[in-house]
Amino acid sequence: MKRSFEWELICMAIQTSINGKPVALSAEPDTPLLWVIREELGLTGTKFGCGIAACGACTVHVNGEPTRSCSVPVSEVAGKSITTIEGLKSTDGTLHAVQQAWISAQVPQCGYCQSGQIMAAVALIEKTGSPSDAQIDEAMTNICRCGTYPRIRKAIHAATGQAAKAAKPAEGAA
Amino acid sequence: MADKSATEVQPATPAKRKGVKRRAFLIGGVAVVGAGLFGISIADSNAAKSAKARLESDGGHSFATWLKIGEDDSITIYSPHTDIGQGSNTGLAQMLAEELDAAWDQVRVVSAPAEPAFANVGLGRAFLADMTGQPAIINGIPQSFLSFIARQMNLQMTGGSTALRFTGRVTFQNVGAATRLALIETAAKRLDVPADELTTQDSHVIHSKSGRALRYGELAAEAATLSLDNAPKLKDPSQYRIMRQSMQRLDIPAKVDGSAQYGIDFSVPDMRVATIMAAPVRGGKLTSVDTAPALAVKGVEKVIKLDDAVAVVAKGYWPAISGLRALTPEFSDGGNGGISTASIFKAQGDLMAKGEADSTAGDGDVQAGLGAKPIEAKYQVPFLHHAMLEPFALTAHFKDGKLNIWGGMQDPLATKMMAVDVSGLDADDVTFHPMMIGGSFGRRLPMYMEIVGQVTKLAMQLPYPVKLIWSREEEVAQGAYRPQSSAALKASLTKEKRLAAYRNDYAQPESAESETVFPYALPAVSRRHFAHVSNQQTGAWRSVNSTQQGFYNESFMDELAHAAGEDPVVFRRNHLKAGSRHLRVLDEVAARSGWGSPLPAGTGRGVALVESFRTIVAQVIEASVGDDGMPKVHKVTTVVDAGSIVNPDAAMAQIEGGIIMGLSSAIGEAITLENGAVQQSNLADYPLLKMAGAPLEIDIHFLNSGADMGGIGEPGVPPAAPALANALFAATGKRVRNLPILTQAKA
Repeated sequence: MKRSFEWELICMAIQTSINGKPVALSAEPDTPLLWVIREELGLTGTKFGCGIAACGACTVHVNGEPTRSCSVPVSEVAGKSITTIEGLKSTDGTLHAVQQAWISAQVPQCGYCQSGQIMAAVALIEKTGSPSDAQIDEAMTNICRCGTYPRIRKAIHAATGQAAKAAKPAEGAA
Repeated sequence: MADKSATEVQPATPAKRKGVKRRAFLIGGVAVVGAGLFGISIADSNAAKSAKARLESDGGHSFATWLKIGEDDSITIYSPHTDIGQGSNTGLAQMLAEELDAAWDQVRVVSAPAEPAFANVGLGRAFLADMTGQPAIINGIPQSFLSFIARQMNLQMTGGSTALRFTGRVTFQNVGAATRLALIETAAKRLDVPADELTTQDSHVIHSKSGRALRYGELAAEAATLSLDNAPKLKDPSQYRIMRQSMQRLDIPAKVDGSAQYGIDFSVPDMRVATIMAAPVRGGKLTSVDTAPALAVKGVEKVIKLDDAVAVVAKGYWPAISGLRALTPEFSDGGNGGISTASIFKAQGDLMAKGEADSTAGDGDVQAGLGAKPIEAKYQVPFLHHAMLEPFALTAHFKDGKLNIWGGMQDPLATKMMAVDVSGLDADDVTFHPMMIGGSFGRRLPMYMEIVGQVTKLAMQLPYPVKLIWSREEEVAQGAYRPQSSAALKASLTKEKRLAAYRNDYAQPESAESETVFPYALPAVSRRHFAHVSNQQTGAWRSVNSTQQGFYNESFMDELAHAAGEDPVVFRRNHLKAGSRHLRVLDEVAARSGWGSPLPAGTGRGVALVESFRTIVAQVIEASVGDDGMPKVHKVTTVVDAGSIVNPDAAMAQIEGGIIMGLSSAIGEAITLENGAVQQSNLADYPLLKMAGAPLEIDIHFLNSGADMGGIGEPGVPPAAPALANALFAATGKRVRNLPILTQAKA
């Protein structure tokens, strides 16, 4: 009896891969991917901001594509490969170059949107190599209420070896 | 020179103090004013003892409740402020570590427990000084009494740009310096040398004569038994090596790898998730709801009716929100169903036309000075939503007579006391656990946060922990908005192109006097407040009333410059006191922005100068209008005089963010009402500035005049809207008097 229940559960589960590990998800098929990541898998680095794909705080990679996970039913990611902010570090714990650039440029303020911003930036860099300002404007549509856009731009340029073009620090004389 | 000019501009008018009183009242719910209180003496040793016991429970030795030094040399600083990403905890740590001569890499900051023993005495002292205008008298008040006041006010607030300039300067620098002296005293005894032969560096007391050194960690246990000097001598800034340096923020590493835990991320075993909908027309009540459709959703466990809201409790957020959306609750409108954006503007206009002000500030005979034909203009600004990116989320668990609450709040101690009130429990049975905050901008002050009462009521009737998350829809519709406000401005010019009189009439719920500094020296000025209250809750929105007042005054000054036929910078200069800090800031921004140099056709430059939270900020914006009718900001030049800066890079980040928030609200943001309810539903119809709209070039320069330290989190915001509106006038000849600009671009 017990065995058949488990078997049924396994058959119903959605098979996918998160940060390189295969997982079987038991959520209802209409549940947005975001809530499966946060509540079923306990990966809370991916954030809930608006629930309508307007802010980008929930951005993850689905087969490498930046995706707003609040608006994708989990049934749609069956068999696909998902990367969250927790999966960006290399296995030895070294930060991704974009994460390092984020620290060097002291990008985050409240930090709540930054997982999504970093995921969007990594996808942009993987696609374009060295994005121009116009490409950054077009691709980086995530909202940051703290207004860290100049530093995000600077960090993307720094991570791709370009000279900083964003806000120029001009320290005052005492 | 800087210090001299600083004293000239220190606002200390009676009206100003009155404003501070109001704020103090709002913070604590207890007004603490009056000379009669000074004689009361309250022993504070119990609070101090309980704080010490609490901090030392996991090892180490506590100093003055804000600092703990471990025997392994680790230094833990307990911050009574909430770092919302403004860098205040890093700044506070820099201030304490500087005076302590601590090794910076050993320093960490944690939130002070939300307990009365950790009420923010320094902030209480500064507020009290502002309230009485008598810092000398305040300095004579025993610390125990100030601690008592702060605890009565439940004062653990973050806001008003107060962390570094009040808590940092009044408390943390003194605690660092006094602890350093206690460590030296202990070392002198142990090494058997005179204290004046000892120096300190990198968490060591050093006796260079004999080449001996002792670690702070090995001195801490004994030093912590000494009483601390109440008024230690602080360092001269020339000796600083940690303050005024761009130390990397301590909170940032956890914010780039997803490990930072915000309130919404909290979870405990057996926890359920709830979401809620309150009456769409504020003031209304829940009249009926059929709970069956929600209970039919898989994963939903309960539907709970509150007086003015309905909540759905489920196994996760998705079933909870799906259940809530399945309901068709009926709410009354509390008699507010006729209120709209238009009706509020009309009522405000009628009040001002009637001319019976609720309060008046200013000097001189304005009525006579205005003469028969003053220059007049009317301005209007909408309600603004904070739109912090982490929606409200609190977790509460009531078990065995104890209530625990977890989440991010701007005032942890007041949050606890609010839960005490709602639950009816004893204060000792309620614990609030502060967590990281995903943006606030004034929104997370408990007195504006129904969620504290809501989650308490849910937890008190549930057998398991519950996390209540507000949907973004609820967040947008149930805000504590920057007030919708109207102004009628009048002024007159002499033949010499000088202002003879200036009147600023404005209508909104509260007086803006405590956040309004009119920097120009004129023969006659008046500000008249006309109180108009709608059904909406209004609250502190980053820089509070300085946004709308800055927009009114600096836009109108531009209109007056044009009426006088003078350059807007020259016109402002002519009305500022020679040698003033304001004049220096204005001159610097003109020079750095290339004011007066040629621009491409269709591009204009605008200037604005606003003082808020004792910091003076001038901005010059270069902007044009795109084919879609929307403004495009090309460059922002900003000059800031906050007196002095603790962490230059973190301060710059605050000004950058302030500029962008100011531009965002000026260009696109508005909360509007129809039939008493908010019309906006989510971020799709409350457009915030994104990367493509942010200026590519931002030049920020700090003057550091040496005047008393001003705030840094808020003052970057107010000049942005008027500088942009003035730039658009220069570019197009069209004056923006109503915000946001978006609605006029579409019109």
